[in-house]
Amino acid sequence: MTGKNSSGKEISVLKYIDEYRNPELVKAIITEIDREFSTETIQLMEVCGGHTITIYRYGIHKLLPTNLHLISGPGCPVCVTGVQYIDQAIAIARQENVIIASFGDMIRVPGSSSSLQKEKGAGADIRVCYSPMDAVRIAEKNPEKEVVFLGIGFETTAPTVAAAVESAFEHKIENFSVLSAHKTMPQAMKALLDSGDVDLQGFICPGHVSAITGTHIYDFIARDYHIPCVVSGFEPVDMLQTILMILRQINSNRADVENQYSRSVRESGNPKALELMWEIFEEADAEWRGLGIIPGSGLNIREKYHDFDAKIKFSVDVPPARECAGCICRDIMRGVKVPTDCKLFKIVCNPQDPKGSCMVSSEGTCATWFKYVENELNP
Amino acid sequence: MCLAIPMKVIRINGREAVAEVGGVEYRANLTILPDVKVGDYIIVHAGFAIEKLDETAALETLQIWQDIADFDREKQQRKRD
Ligand code: SF4
Repeated sequence: MTGKNSSGKEISVLKYIDEYRNPELVKAIITEIDREFSTETIQLMEVCGGHTITIYRYGIHKLLPTNLHLISGPGCPVCVTGVQYIDQAIAIARQENVIIASFGDMIRVPGSSSSLQKEKGAGADIRVCYSPMDAVRIAEKNPEKEVVFLGIGFETTAPTVAAAVESAFEHKIENFSVLSAHKTMPQAMKALLDSGDVDLQGFICPGHVSAITGTHIYDFIARDYHIPCVVSGFEPVDMLQTILMILRQINSNRADVENQYSRSVRESGNPKALELMWEIFEEADAEWRGLGIIPGSGLNIREKYHDFDAKIKFSVDVPPARECAGCICRDIMRGVKVPTDCKLFKIVCNPQDPKGSCMVSSEGTCATWFKYVENELNP
Repeated sequence: MCLAIPMKVIRINGREAVAEVGGVEYRANLTILPDVKVGDYIIVHAGFAIEKLDETAALETLQIWQDIADFDREKQQRKRD
């Protein structure tokens, strides 16, 4: 798509993207933020890894008043996946006649003693998928093999994996199964608050999780913890407007759930996606890297679909997991430390040779800092 | 995993849409968002359309800030004159 700028020159216009990156609008919002901000220190958490990328890519953190701090939360799906899960996936990958299908990032996450990438090098059949439906197609084409999809991600991804399970169920593709480590966001936010480890004055709530769930999942945080929650989009104008909305709530002593990202998030979410998600999955306890086991924060496959549950199809008993010594991903996930606190950061840990999950995923805090903030902090 | 950018639907074949952004085409499964038409903007996650972009809401948000930015610019201009 193209358009013309004020001097008549052809420019490429990405509709609803470029406008939300307009420096003039950014400046107008910054002026408002400065006006609303009192000198008291305020800490806001961006829960979603996508928001972390926006903040550092555009240098949003540098545009804000110095006492307004943004802390990254547990919203990168690859990062919060426990080492034990990787070990289980590796154990399955080593079995005969198995194909592991996964989103790309997972393959590079270090397990206790190997990674899926290393297993692939050693001959395991591991394939990268763009969509969970790709994994169903692989199963269809390889009836003599068992295809195991690594189901990770939050409420945004779970319905897409549910759709894949439903499709396999409908078409009787019985050599397809999912190793589910899906997680749900509100319980993790609650666990963070209950731990008392971080002092927060507001939540920048995930945009695409909310597009599925709707905005009411945060009601209890506003009500019971008196913390403002604003659902945000992913462009600079979105993030800044969200921060301004939170400041205005703080200044008028309100704690509400507001929706800055109304162009993509409806109050009631996506009912079709939710229906499918709860058809296939049921609530379960889940292990989060850094946060431990959080009751009711995971999604297990329901009994009706047990034939598609890799935990039941395969023996996945593995020895207790071991994390890389020195990696502080766990503390980063809880918002109590930053990547530059890690002695391995940049020295032995980098995106080419990641030692922890936060350095693997592009949404991970360490990877984001490596890419956008390392130089300014380590001149 | 999430392409947080809206893409324009250019074709629909049954349960699948083809959407475009910046000249690149993506396939998007419509199982969890069946009610999509050619010309709609959609958000695609893991190969699935998860939500449709509400263009009125998109423009409203922008308009508020455009007005403020315009006002600020005029104020600056008046100061200078
Ligand atoms: S820099 Fe690497 S080792 Fe350190 S916390 Fe991040 S991922 Fe872990």
